Amino acid sequence: MEYQAKELFAKHGVRVTLGTVVERAEDAAAAAEALGGRVVVKAQVKVGGRGKAGGVKLANDPQEAVARAQEILGMDIKGHTVNRVLLAPTADIAEEYYFSFLVNRAERDYLCIASIEGGVEIEEVARTNPAAVAKVSIDPQTGVDDAKAAEIVAATRFPEDVAGEAEDMIKKLWDVFIKEDASLVEVNPLVRLGDGHLEALDGKVTLDENAEFRHQDHSAFDIADDDADADSRLEAKAKAKGLNYVKLDGDVGIIGNGAGLVMSTLDVVAYAGEAHEGVKPANFLDIGGGASAEVMAAGLDVILHDNQVKSVFVNVFGGITSCDAVANGIVHALEILGDEANKPIVVRLDGNNVEEGRRILEGANHPLVTLEDTMDGAADRAAELASQSGTAAERV
Amino acid sequence: MSIFLNESSKVIVQGMTGSEGQKHTRRMIASGTQVVGGVNPKKAGQSVDFDDTSVPVFGSVEEAMKETGADVSVVFVPPAGTKGAVIEAIDAAMPLVVVITEGVPVHDTAAFFAYAQSKGTTRIIGPNCPGLISPGKSNAGIIPANITEGGRVGLVSKSGTLTYQMMYELRDFGFSSAVGIGGDPIVGTTHIDCLKAFEEDPDTDAIVMIGEIGGDAEERAADYIKDHVTKPVVGYVAGFTAPEGKTMGHAGAIVSGSSGTAQAKQEALEAVGVKVGKTPSATAQLMREIMQSR
Repeated sequence: MEYQAKELFAKHGVRVTLGTVVERAEDAAAAAEALGGRVVVKAQVKVGGRGKAGGVKLANDPQEAVARAQEILGMDIKGHTVNRVLLAPTADIAEEYYFSFLVNRAERDYLCIASIEGGVEIEEVARTNPAAVAKVSIDPQTGVDDAKAAEIVAATRFPEDVAGEAEDMIKKLWDVFIKEDASLVEVNPLVRLGDGHLEALDGKVTLDENAEFRHQDHSAFDIADDDADADSRLEAKAKAKGLNYVKLDGDVGIIGNGAGLVMSTLDVVAYAGEAHEGVKPANFLDIGGGASAEVMAAGLDVILHDNQVKSVFVNVFGGITSCDAVANGIVHALEILGDEANKPIVVRLDGNNVEEGRRILEGANHPLVTLEDTMDGAADRAAELASQSGTAAERV
Repeated sequence: MSIFLNESSKVIVQGMTGSEGQKHTRRMIASGTQVVGGVNPKKAGQSVDFDDTSVPVFGSVEEAMKETGADVSVVFVPPAGTKGAVIEAIDAAMPLVVVITEGVPVHDTAAFFAYAQSKGTTRIIGPNCPGLISPGKSNAGIIPANITEGGRVGLVSKSGTLTYQMMYELRDFGFSSAVGIGGDPIVGTTHIDCLKAFEEDPDTDAIVMIGEIGGDAEERAADYIKDHVTKPVVGYVAGFTAPEGKTMGHAGAIVSGSSGTAQAKQEALEAVGVKVGKTPSATAQLMREIMQSR
């Protein structure tokens, strides 16, 4: 969120005006008073397009600040509930620029994108006036030194009188990018104030989850997730159990091992669904390589509590894990869940020790479990079972 | 022949004494791989027994290479130490470094990849990958060796389990090599690198390329195929049903706005004459037809 990005900017010496974050509208009066009375009230959510959605409003005095905060708090912006607003003093803006550092997947290095036409969506500028968008690639070995900062300033064509300050700010933003393990640092707009100085007026920072182990302080940013919709909360709950889960709008619950196989399973179920009243996959759930009974139980637990789910497809290729362990996991998971397991489960196992795995499931002879030989066959069966209980569209 | 890895490859394991390292070193040895050493400065001079094979532990990659002539290193070192381990292998001019570790910060990968490029003596595969196998010859990583035998199909994939699935589907033909390049935003070896190597490999007749949502690696591979690959290529792309803006398991598997979609990747591949299967089994069927018509 904006105020968190600004905190990171401030930490590395980038000039910002932090303002005050409030969660209750009545607190806006005192906050606005302290900031000089006239403030901008800005929704703090993790999505862009706040302005267009009515989430950024001007207040001329503390009373108005309360009224505006009241209007914005609780607002829904693209599925995110506004739980807090940032009050910031109005800025005397002379010019607006755009600036970002990001990971360039294609070239496997870094890219700086900057423009003296800021304050609007950079994609829009790139479309209408590509010459105004500077792209400078950065070698991870040398990073942004004085020479690179000067190169960026020249390529962007920052006005001469702010060139020195721009170089300085660019080096500090590079510190944010590298030292905070960000995969994206964006300042939009980067403004030139009436007094001639530069300030990061609004920004976005995407932190690399893989680097959390060396940034204990980043866990404080997790409160950002409380603006999320119900689906995202379900996802967070699954994540806490070590599951990789994404909720979708569909009928067939999916559990598999390995991200690629699970993605593929969703697609195969969607194709199979075309022949069964258009049923769709209800989620992405990767239980990873291990696939122990506990993990399988946790996975089934999440999926069976999704009210939209009408059938479940467990698709496992035993690579490192052997299928007998997976089969035991399923049987054990059903014991743990007991009566809570109440939807048909189609299982497809292949790979390591598959005969033993199938034998275990056949031996358990659980009334909810159907074994299928192939991925396509199992997808078809799961879609068929889901369609027999009516599609999501019909139930709405 | 095969690509990157063959029967004379000598493999060391960085992180061999850890639990994952031990488990998979045992499997690599069982499948016939020449594992000639492990690296752990704290346990240098010791050895680890894997059934009836005893593998010496060296204090550094450089020492292990000098003593054994190793030309491949497989890295199981946890994320906090991965960058250091890979840099050490690059400094020792290890020809091939296979990074299995999942969860490596992207800045670390960017740094060690750039360093390897500047030295010019090390190929990196991964991170966050299952490694590669040349069935019947050598196995560097965690791909199960018992799915299929050697053959004349080449496979390159971002995903581990889809690699296994495709090897299983085409087990009656077998593979020259199968390479899991990993699903992170930055990987050391790309689809294009593998396509080039398979094109040049006299023992590979046709290539299966498995991609997934995110980035534009598949589109770039399609461009490359158009001008440089004469062997038949069959493609598969996972993630048609993935919603925009959600990371699907792999750190790199994300559709951003209208870019990185499975649809765009399929279209790019089909535009250059690559047949793309709707499902893994349909993809395998396309390859089966190619191999049977030869």
